[in-house]
Amino acid sequence: MPKVPLSWLAESVDLVDGSSAEDVAAALARVGLEEEGIEGPPVKGPLVVGRVLSLVKETASNGKTVNYCRVDVGGHNDEPITEGYDNVGQVEGKGPDAGHFFTPSRGIVCGAHNFVEGDYVVVVLPGAELPGPFPISGRKTYGHWSDGMICSAKELGLGEDHDGIIVLQSPTRDADAEFGGFALAHLEPGQDAIELLGLDENTIEINVTPDRGYSFSIRGVAREYAHATGQEFRDPAAIETPAKTFGGFSVEIDDPEPVRGNVGADRFVARIVRGFDPTAASPTWMKSRLTASGMRPISLAVDVTNYVMLELGQPLHAYDLAKLTAPIVVRRASASGDLPAISTLTTLDDSERNLDGEDLLICDSEGGRGARAIGIAGVMGGADTEVSDSTTDILLEGAHFDPITIARSARRHKLGSEASRRFERGVDTQLAPVAVQRAIDLLTKFGGGEVDTQVTDVNDTVAPTPIEMRVDFPGSIVGVEYTRAGVIGALEQVGCTVKLFEALSEPDSLTVTPPTWRPDLTDAINLVEEVARLHGFENLPSVLPTPPPGRGYTHSQKVRKSVARGLADRGLTQVLTYPFISEQRLDDMLIPDGDPRREVVRLANPLSAELPLMRTSLIQSLVDALKVNLGRGAQDVAIYEVGRAYRASNIGQVARTFSGDAITPDDVEALNDSLPMQPRRVGGLMTGQRTPSGWHGAGAPFDWTDALAAAQAVAQMAGVTIVASAEAHMPWHPGRCATYRLVDGTFVGHAGELHPKVLETLGLPSRTVAFEMILDPMVEFREGQITLADAVNAQPLAKEDFAFVVASDVAAGDLVACVRRAGGDLVEDARVFDVYVGEQVGEGKKSLAVAVRMRAEDKTLSAEDVLEVRKAIIAAAESEFEAVLR
Amino acid sequence: MTDLSPLDAAGVSAAVEEALAAFAAASTLEDLKEARLAHTGDKAPISLANRQIGGLEPADKAAAGKNMGMARGRMNKAIESRQSDLEAERDARVLVEEAVDVTLPVEHALVGARHPLETLQESMCDVFVAMGWEVAEGPELEAEWFNFDALNFDPDHPAREMQDTFFIDPPESGLLLRTHTSPVQIRAALARKEALEAEGRGIYVICPGKTFRTDELDATHTPVFHQIEGLAIDKGLTMAHLKGTLDFFARAMFGPDAVTRLRPSYFPFTEPSAEMDLRCFVCGGEDTACRTCSGTGWIEWGGCGMTHPNVLRAAGIDPDEYTAFAFGMGVERTLMFRHGVKDMRDMVEGDIRFSQQFGVEI
Repeated sequence: MPKVPLSWLAESVDLVDGSSAEDVAAALARVGLEEEGIEGPPVKGPLVVGRVLSLVKETASNGKTVNYCRVDVGGHNDEPITEGYDNVGQVEGKGPDAGHFFTPSRGIVCGAHNFVEGDYVVVVLPGAELPGPFPISGRKTYGHWSDGMICSAKELGLGEDHDGIIVLQSPTRDADAEFGGFALAHLEPGQDAIELLGLDENTIEINVTPDRGYSFSIRGVAREYAHATGQEFRDPAAIETPAKTFGGFSVEIDDPEPVRGNVGADRFVARIVRGFDPTAASPTWMKSRLTASGMRPISLAVDVTNYVMLELGQPLHAYDLAKLTAPIVVRRASASGDLPAISTLTTLDDSERNLDGEDLLICDSEGGRGARAIGIAGVMGGADTEVSDSTTDILLEGAHFDPITIARSARRHKLGSEASRRFERGVDTQLAPVAVQRAIDLLTKFGGGEVDTQVTDVNDTVAPTPIEMRVDFPGSIVGVEYTRAGVIGALEQVGCTVKLFEALSEPDSLTVTPPTWRPDLTDAINLVEEVARLHGFENLPSVLPTPPPGRGYTHSQKVRKSVARGLADRGLTQVLTYPFISEQRLDDMLIPDGDPRREVVRLANPLSAELPLMRTSLIQSLVDALKVNLGRGAQDVAIYEVGRAYRASNIGQVARTFSGDAITPDDVEALNDSLPMQPRRVGGLMTGQRTPSGWHGAGAPFDWTDALAAAQAVAQMAGVTIVASAEAHMPWHPGRCATYRLVDGTFVGHAGELHPKVLETLGLPSRTVAFEMILDPMVEFREGQITLADAVNAQPLAKEDFAFVVASDVAAGDLVACVRRAGGDLVEDARVFDVYVGEQVGEGKKSLAVAVRMRAEDKTLSAEDVLEVRKAIIAAAESEFEAVLR
Repeated sequence: MTDLSPLDAAGVSAAVEEALAAFAAASTLEDLKEARLAHTGDKAPISLANRQIGGLEPADKAAAGKNMGMARGRMNKAIESRQSDLEAERDARVLVEEAVDVTLPVEHALVGARHPLETLQESMCDVFVAMGWEVAEGPELEAEWFNFDALNFDPDHPAREMQDTFFIDPPESGLLLRTHTSPVQIRAALARKEALEAEGRGIYVICPGKTFRTDELDATHTPVFHQIEGLAIDKGLTMAHLKGTLDFFARAMFGPDAVTRLRPSYFPFTEPSAEMDLRCFVCGGEDTACRTCSGTGWIEWGGCGMTHPNVLRAAGIDPDEYTAFAFGMGVERTLMFRHGVKDMRDMVEGDIRFSQQFGVEI
């Protein structure tokens, strides 16, 4: 996001007196430019001008020649070492400099050789900090105490030049030896060099929202600052430009297949500078501003195009004219008419790009009309025609490209450049000639050369469409009564042209023409936002609306809350796991081929290639949470999750053609049908001790019954009855897995002990148990049903116990059901209270003890009544299960 | 020893006194039983005297009966009273002896907990349900149309890229993991449109739920997170109603002094759009070293704005007739600053100790 050096901002708008960087940032935030950061000056002093008094070349033991210099840094010089000498000091002690006399100065070792005695240089002193950050301190080096450092441009962030140090002035040599820009300056040793070099900049980094492309410039930010503070805005784009002429470098726009109806380029300005000095350096202030804005100074020609882009918001490109063949053709990469298809381009970062047919290219006519690509429009220039250190004739391009085309190309080539960032957010259609003029002014001022009088300006831009708006519309949306003048004033301030139509009966209406730099203003609602933010959001009234009475939580919402709370009350802890799983996880859980849980939803761009799938059941990801807890030393862990799993049963093609129009019920249905199933579920895992061992006795481990009890509790909290049956289902233990169904047969889940092999593979403790229930069918089954009460029967209770010996594969639940059936209406309750396997009942047998409670509706049961029921139960158990009463 | 005569008032009285002294002296229920047998049993002088009444002259019977009645009455009363005192003493002693150490661990099962993100989300919903709003939900694996197109995200607009989206394979399926809860706005509006138009029943819904973006997990980011989003569609709704709703919500969650602030911003689905800040509820903007608000006095809480007319149009609602506002905030972020959670990873790794700090309420 753009970084705004405050001195630069101040050229277009006066900052409020005495305001700090924080104050400026706060003002910008009030109108919608959020602060991302404030950076102080890149160099923290002392950084001063020094004059080289003496320079002694010494060859060090490593063969390198260094200079031992005495540098006059004025007030920063070391104290005279011996009293009684006027301006002269004699170094005491035993060091290599002992006994020498010096003018007050500092001793500095320097490895560069581009300076001589008498030169003015830039010295950083101990205690300072250079960009890096690189703190400076005095140190012993090459046999001397070096009390600071003579700086190169690179060390100060003022360019890439690290061949030598900065020579501000060289009185004994010609100007070529100098860094540039300071020939006429009055320099004093010890003078502050931070301000001199423009390194005292405070910079604010702001976040520009995608609708405000124009704020990607000093021009735009200054305008916003003026909106926020009422300070006067001076438009840096208010520059005289020459009219277009014939005979300039020929440019053609040839785009018969526009993207979404927008021609790729609707403006192309080309102007030429000849006889430019390619060795001319950019002025220091320009370099320091580029650096502060986050761009690297490169060469004058490149720096100027970047500088003007940062200042005005118009990306520019400089070509080496000698390498161009007219005409320039702006076209798509695909073949069209006489234009051949172009498949690759080497961009100026020296990488070869494979082009898409839709990419908009700037081409010249080397090898035929429009046959050679010289840049991806608005994204990046080509290597062939870039300006070099020998370029003397420059062609400057200032164009306006279609935001969609540029956005697609930048995304396609993963090339988010400073230029593409601006174009895709929208650039002022009328800015190109201004920006080119500004660049020409700067190029010729610092690099000389003659400007061609011909001006190429292909201009197909259309004026912004006026917007009709009732003058009371902003107030009706914002809830503030704006005056007519308040509305018109705000709109004019953002650059709109406003025409007022006074109406007799209706509220007055406005015709508002947005400025060319605000392509985002297309509808009345956009104007509302401008009025609202210019008047400020601080004074919005606070009014509570009055909704109609609501229907409260839905049945589904209530059940989920009840289930979640109920499991927590049963001692389980709720966790939330990521729904992403690996392919391996399905194998590890022994889920067979062809199982519906293998119909996985796959991510096109997973965060990790290891986890490309969406879980098809909760316990697939819950096991990770269990491992985290066990890995951190927990032993007794019971966790659950309420969430969705996903199944790719019906991923289809989704039409995306509804934009703009209202969606029809059929469309909604089609979209919903295309969604994968994603039922709400609850799942849990338990391992370790259910009852901890302790002072009250031995503990008890979690076992399969806990999983089944949890599943039944879920059903109870959902208000439904479920029926268990023994059916093997991975990843559960085949003999210890309950499958649950509703009374109508709808499947709702599983519970039991996990398969030992699965536990071993996943590294989980043996006998870990699990349950997973699908909530949706339970919710659906119960929704809208009202529980009907039975009268409470107050007749006396009769109790009978039975001990049946049956084959060991008889399910207790089946026997109990048989007992209930045989006992008829008199049976109030029947349950198994003991299971015995052993010698007394014999091999292949077990004893099930069943307690039966009986009660009649209308009388006390007699001994005869009870005996009759007892006989019926025994007879039924015998005939159905060959049960023998013990 | 001669038998006591029932007419010997002094003798009877002395026997009674003797009995009362014995009862009083009994220090246990067993002693009392012994004393009772000794003084009221068959062989006791009073009992023997009583038996003589039948052989007395008729003239003496009344006096003797009265003597004996009073004597028995006094003794019975004394026994009863002593019995009850001793029983009370015994009961009290038993209770003392049965005392337990109430500081011992008493849970026979593990103690569970809810995840605080869920409980926080529920209490946020409670605020709105109490105002008459309804909780609306939608799928997590969503059609791109609901997530973007219907919300006024142009397919080529850079705003789509701001939301780092998980797309579903194959990319042409047009499916994604929803990047925000905003698609529920469209679903809720579609589902309630008829009642809005036919009965003038305004739509007020709060949409909580899980959302996804391709952020790597670190202390302040998680690819799976939760949002809570509000949408109101009615005649005559303005930004002032939005501000009023946010202020009420802030006070419900952060106390009666909570204050919100709106700053202009941009979202494709609202216009005007705003960022919503909460006055720091810890330092009130007084502490430049405050860790909750980093010394700025304000906590960024969410985004909001007036629903863009194109969004209403997508749901088939006439923006000339109805206006709407929407707001949304991150539940993780709210949990972090409201409850001092320092690291997002604690919320997502599934370590039960994190949930257990919160128990079942927040």
